[in-house]
Amino acid sequence: MDNGKQAQLLLQIQQLSFMATELNLYLDTHPQDQRALAMFNQTHQELMRHVRNYEQLYGPLLGYGYSPAAQNYWKWVDSPWPWEINY
Amino acid sequence: MWVYEKKLQIPVRVSAPDPRMAKYVISQYGGPEGELSAALRYLNMRYTMPTGKAKGVLTDIGTEELAHMEVVATLVYKLIDGAPIEAIKAADLGTHYADHDRSLYWVNAAGVPWVAAYVSATGDPIADLHENMAAEQKARAVYENLIHLTDDPLVKDVLRFLREREIVHFQRFGETLMDVEEYCRQKKVF
Repeated sequence: MDNGKQAQLLLQIQQLSFMATELNLYLDTHPQDQRALAMFNQTHQELMRHVRNYEQLYGPLLGYGYSPAAQNYWKWVDSPWPWEINY
Repeated sequence: MWVYEKKLQIPVRVSAPDPRMAKYVISQYGGPEGELSAALRYLNMRYTMPTGKAKGVLTDIGTEELAHMEVVATLVYKLIDGAPIEAIKAADLGTHYADHDRSLYWVNAAGVPWVAAYVSATGDPIADLHENMAAEQKARAVYENLIHLTDDPLVKDVLRFLREREIVHFQRFGETLMDVEEYCRQKKVF
């Protein structure tokens, strides 16, 4: 299965999500750091923008109502699973 | 509550199936210093932590460890996927195949199943945070051992990322420990 373009868009999400994770852990022990807070919020905005764009093309990224059903069928069970994507 | 995200934390690629390496890597799935142990150790410890910071760090690192478990699982899956039965036998993975075929199972590199005794929870936040810092260092050491056991640059990339995360987690746990020690001094709780 060729997932070239999907893998490319996913990579951008993985990079942004990694930044958010790293800032999240840092803020857990530095909750007053204003610069980290600003970076976190900026990363959040950018991440949400990429996630919404990805979901329009490849289906929901999150379960349980955190992603819309943007297609006219339940694409959750149809798009490749994380261990099946050829990066 | 947890919500599933249909993506890996990082892309996982292998150059070619390598059942022998799968047999080694699976230790970070179900071995003593593996990602299952890490996730369960931290998520289970949260309840008796005294500060919001400590509960937050354990929740968030525990959740990242669940994501790492999926990364390691995918690595093992891709290392076994497509490997012919002769290669599985040659890699001494026949003992795994007999019970599990190509499915994953929580075992260490020698095939010993996961046990809850790999993790501890004393209820003493100072002792528990030291346990976590030791666990991160042990996991880092195992990832370095695994890096020595493969020549595949793509497999090395995944292992290097996971090794690096242990170092970051160790740092965050260290900061949490100092914060909890300060809290205990002020409360005079012994």
